[in-house]
Amino acid sequence: MSIDGITRASRAHPGFVAALVHRLSGLALALFLPMHFLVLGLALEADSFTSVIAWTNQPLVKISEALMVGALAVHFAGGVRLLAVEFFGLTRAQSVWIACAFAFGLGVGVLFLMRAF
Amino acid sequence: MTPISYFLQRGTAMLMVPLIITHLALIIMAVQGGLSAEEILARTRGSMLWAGFYGVFVFAASIHAGIGMQTILREWTPLGRLASANIGHMLITVLWILGARAIYAVVWA
Repeated sequence: MSIDGITRASRAHPGFVAALVHRLSGLALALFLPMHFLVLGLALEADSFTSVIAWTNQPLVKISEALMVGALAVHFAGGVRLLAVEFFGLTRAQSVWIACAFAFGLGVGVLFLMRAF
Repeated sequence: MTPISYFLQRGTAMLMVPLIITHLALIIMAVQGGLSAEEILARTRGSMLWAGFYGVFVFAASIHAGIGMQTILREWTPLGRLASANIGHMLITVLWILGARAIYAVVWA
């Protein structure tokens, strides 16, 4: 198999997709963090903070926020998977199931909280 | 990735597991009925618990983001090891400063 063929074959592997999703979600989070901190820093000026938080209630901003929350959850599950492979000697298949179980448990817990408050 | 970077990246990841679970749960709870500045500040103002929580979170997330960025720059751009490391370190410093300012703003201001 040529080098190019090997590269293509490895790119079809679920591990490659998992690593790519982990990297892209991490990059998005790293670029989002400075803006997140700057907005919270506006609490130093009460009026600016009130108006910027009111601005976040627009549908498009809410959708962008949902994407960031999704990126955090995906990066979290991918990270748990990586830690399981590296530190608990699990196979990659086992680690995927652990990450899925973790994401499921987190989802159920969050749904409960939504109803509880 | 150097051994120190690797240790820091995995260490901050482990440290953030309970922090992210808490953060995600709080986001979902707080966003119900829309966010308001008063609601956010009512929770955080004068709370040493939240100051400590976000202090650890900012400290760890900044290191994690800086090392991650360094790795991405090294692998996906023509930048060399030193330039990538410098940008990563700058990101950590900027995030520490902005994060500390954000915590000060929502807890003490």
